[in-house]
Amino acid sequence: MSDHHPHDESGTSPYAARIRAIEALLLEKGVLTEPEVQDRISYMEARSPANGAKLVARAWVDEDFKELLLSDAKAAASELGIDPEHPAEFVVVENTPEVHNLIVCTLCSCYPRAILGRPPDWYKSFNYRSRAVREPRTVMREFGFEPPEGVEVLVHDSTADVRYMVLPMRPPGTEEMDEGVLAALVTRDSLVGVSVPRYAGS
Amino acid sequence: MTFEPGDRVRVLPAEKPGHVRTPGYLKGKAGWVESVLGEFPNPEELAYGFSGLPERPLYKIGFRQTDLWEDYEGPADDCLYADVYEHWLEPGEGGST
Repeated sequence: MSDHHPHDESGTSPYAARIRAIEALLLEKGVLTEPEVQDRISYMEARSPANGAKLVARAWVDEDFKELLLSDAKAAASELGIDPEHPAEFVVVENTPEVHNLIVCTLCSCYPRAILGRPPDWYKSFNYRSRAVREPRTVMREFGFEPPEGVEVLVHDSTADVRYMVLPMRPPGTEEMDEGVLAALVTRDSLVGVSVPRYAGS
Repeated sequence: MTFEPGDRVRVLPAEKPGHVRTPGYLKGKAGWVESVLGEFPNPEELAYGFSGLPERPLYKIGFRQTDLWEDYEGPADDCLYADVYEHWLEPGEGGST
C-alpha cells in the first residue's frame, strides 16, 4: 500500500528532505559554502574499508610496520599514503590466539571514518549497539563467526575520543600470498571484529 | 591525572541531563584503569558550543562482563573496555579482578 511507503514520490525520505532543508539554510546564511560541502563529500568518499585492508595486509607481512600500527596507527596510515587526519585518536587492537576484539559504539556510531569511511548500516542500528556489549558472542554467531574455545572476547565501546579498528589474525594457508592478495581477504566486517578473514584453501 | 593503570574505580551512578559520553549500562559498575588515554576537551560542553576547556583526563576502563550483566552468556574471562572521563569516576573497590 502506497500509504505506508516511507518515501515520497520523488524518492526522497523525510530525513533526506530535512537534511537538504538544513543544508540550504546553512548555505543561505553563509555558515557553509558549496565548495566546503563538496570537500566534505569528497573526503568521505575517498575513504573505504580498502584502506583498513591495506594496513592489515602490510602488518601481516612486515613485523616493524605491525608494531607501528599498534603503537601509532595514524603514523602507520600516513606511511601507506592514507590521510588519517581527524580530530579523534585512531587505535588498532590486535586479535591473538588468546583474545578476539569486537568494536561498537553504544552511544551513537563512532567509527574510524577518516580511514574506513562510513560505517555499515547495521553498525548504527539499535540492535547491534545494544547487543554487542550485552551478548557479543551471540552477535558474532549471527555473523557466522564463533571464537574458538578458550578465546577471550574483548568488547571495545568507543564512548569518547578514540576510534578503534581490529587487526585480525592472518588466516592459515596464506603464507605464500603477497600483500595485494592478502588485502583482498580482509573484509570490512573483520575490521569491526564481527567476523574474521577466511581463506578457502585453509 | 588522578588515577593510574591498575587502580580500582567505579563509574559514578550520576544522572546528568544532556549530552554525556558515559553510557547508562556502566553507571555504578566497578572496574579498573587499563590505561590513560590523554586529555581532551570536555564533550559535555563541546556539544553546546562551549570550548570544553580545561581538558579532562580520559581513561580506558576495563570491566569483567560478568560484573556488568548478571546472566552474561560467555566465560568469566570476557571483558569490556570503555573510554570514561575522570569526572565520571571515583576510587572504588569491588568487582572482579
